[in-house]
Amino acid sequence: MHISLFITCFNDTLFPETGRAMVRLLERLGHTVEFPLEQTCCGQMHYNTGYQEETIPLVRRFVEVFGQAEAIVAPSASCVGMVKEFYHNVADRSGDPELMEQVEAVVPRVFELSQFLVEELGVEDVGAYYPHRVTYHPTCHSLRVLHVGEAPLILLRNVRGIDLVELPAAQECCGFGGTFAVKNADTSMAMLGDKIRHIKDTGAEVCAAADNSCLMHIGGALNRQRSGVEPVHLAEILASTEEN
Amino acid sequence: MQTPTFEESAKAYLSDTQLRRNIGHATHTIRDKRQTVVDEMPDWEVLREAGSSLKNRIMRHLDEYLLQLEESVRQAGGQVHWARDAGEANRIIVDLVKEQQVEEVVKVKSITTDEIKLNRALAEEGVRALETDLAELIVQLAGDEPSHILVPAIHKNRAEIRELFRKKLNQGELSDRPEDLAEAARLYLRKKFLSAKVGISGANFAVADTGTVAVVESEGNGRMCTTLPETLITVMGIEKLIPTWRDFEVFMQLLPRSSTAERMNPYNSFWTGVTEGDGPQEFHLVLLDNGRTNVLADEVGRQTLNCIRCSACLNVCPVYERTGGHAYHSVYPGPIGAILTPQLRGLEDEGAASLPYASTLCGACYEVCPVKINIPDVLVHLRGKIVDRKKRAGGLNAKSDPEYIGMRLMARAFKSRSRYERAQKMARVGQKFFVKDGTISKLPGELSGWTAMRDLKPIPNQTFREWWGDRDE
Repeated sequence: MHISLFITCFNDTLFPETGRAMVRLLERLGHTVEFPLEQTCCGQMHYNTGYQEETIPLVRRFVEVFGQAEAIVAPSASCVGMVKEFYHNVADRSGDPELMEQVEAVVPRVFELSQFLVEELGVEDVGAYYPHRVTYHPTCHSLRVLHVGEAPLILLRNVRGIDLVELPAAQECCGFGGTFAVKNADTSMAMLGDKIRHIKDTGAEVCAAADNSCLMHIGGALNRQRSGVEPVHLAEILASTEEN
Repeated sequence: MQTPTFEESAKAYLSDTQLRRNIGHATHTIRDKRQTVVDEMPDWEVLREAGSSLKNRIMRHLDEYLLQLEESVRQAGGQVHWARDAGEANRIIVDLVKEQQVEEVVKVKSITTDEIKLNRALAEEGVRALETDLAELIVQLAGDEPSHILVPAIHKNRAEIRELFRKKLNQGELSDRPEDLAEAARLYLRKKFLSAKVGISGANFAVADTGTVAVVESEGNGRMCTTLPETLITVMGIEKLIPTWRDFEVFMQLLPRSSTAERMNPYNSFWTGVTEGDGPQEFHLVLLDNGRTNVLADEVGRQTLNCIRCSACLNVCPVYERTGGHAYHSVYPGPIGAILTPQLRGLEDEGAASLPYASTLCGACYEVCPVKINIPDVLVHLRGKIVDRKKRAGGLNAKSDPEYIGMRLMARAFKSRSRYERAQKMARVGQKFFVKDGTISKLPGELSGWTAMRDLKPIPNQTFREWWGDRDE
């Protein structure tokens, strides 16, 4: 399959290793990966913060860049959630019927990585090897916007060498919420404090998730507390093999 | 009127460790119980869908249903009063109470009367309003404000309540066993019920085609309040009506399980107008707008009116769980309050306009809502209205608002590939001022909130697209 990588601006800039892992993983599974260089940002931050007028050109850009793609896959549940849940609202706001049609056409071809692998490709074992103690934090948007369900866990359970430990109160938000972490920093920290305590309780070396934004938040506290627990994106675990 | 913003208030409540423990414990207990009684319903999702579509239909035809309700109540011997806002409602109720020449009225839990500050309006006319719901009584005796829709004293623990009763109800010896606390309140309230001439209640539902009003509760104090006095005044928001008696089938399954985590409430009181020789001989229904028709006019915001005040969203909210209800400065706290308060009060109030931002958009509220109000969707919709309003009013300008500057710059950068790639490079260079020992631990201004507890990983030397470009060569 020809897969267009929707890297997201956040991963492109801050977590390039996640993108490299996705390329390795998808090529190993026999697919052709394309990366349209004209892509920038999906507009999630602007939209969620209330700058919705500013999102219209970004939605236009997205449908132009990815309009012809066979499958559009991203290592971010929240950015995919933005496209799938809110792009039609933005198109409505623009009042442009053509944009509405384009959005309608592209949305069904946009996928979050784990959901794409399990539900679209029907792959549950990607042949990965990762000899570490890992706990998995299901991010809110993967869980309650995209409803990825067990997909990430199915993939992780089939990784060779992994010691997967359950995270207590896993479904609770880590307190990131985009600009919430800055605007309501105190509340955000109270939520994060509980999440970190649960992660440490598992004794895991690695905390994995389907969103680097939440992992940056969790990792920020893990690093500050010198906890020795590493935040690692799901794609990087799935891309790991015994040779690499 | 300007209320304090959520972020200002939350800070103080977050540092109250006893409060956090009380609320954390209580919300988790109700949350787990709710899940148990919901899981035993095979058709829960169908019920939610039914509740949602019924409510949507009600809102589409609210004007007709309201007139039908007025007619039905009159036919049954009740009187209907229309109140445009809090002032009008209070004036109507105060006049009705004064006609009866009483100095004290008994009330049963009604957030709507808290919304219009009825107790204060009555007090100004020399009438004492006595709260008879146990939790409301606790809040009233403490001179406090409710912090939860269903459990108004959720922020207090048993020891605190015992101390309060010892002082205010003249109880010398009192244990903190729930039975003993309830008995102390019962003895105090029973006397009041028997002597009260006027009762004031809220309403959970009113049936348009029969004129029946319903109150569901756990303690029986509502039953006392609505049956013992000679005159009953019920205050109800216009959105609470349901078209027919049959619709109870849906809502009486959804509400108890979502709110108190019970299969059915212990007390369900239904009354239709007045019945000679039985119960109150005078019944007044005050229908309150107070901003609700403005909510109805907003196509996205409208679903907020579907709320049946179960408070399931409060009990699952990770923000509410940590700050408690008082940080919301409204009788409607939690996720539903974060969308209802700003719509009722208007976005010009800075405190109200801060509420839609008091959420991570985690979606837990939407998942449990028995009438499927898409709270995250409405939160984001309101954020859009807030920013649009600020832009129009000139309240946002590139010179003073750091968020606006940032958002504008980024929106520009994302519009073209070359500008975006240049911005990536500039960020990488710019961060050098903040990186120390391979990490960012301190940021200035607005961003200092992030680094109070969290480090930031520096931007790596190569973006993904640079790597991709190298790989192609």
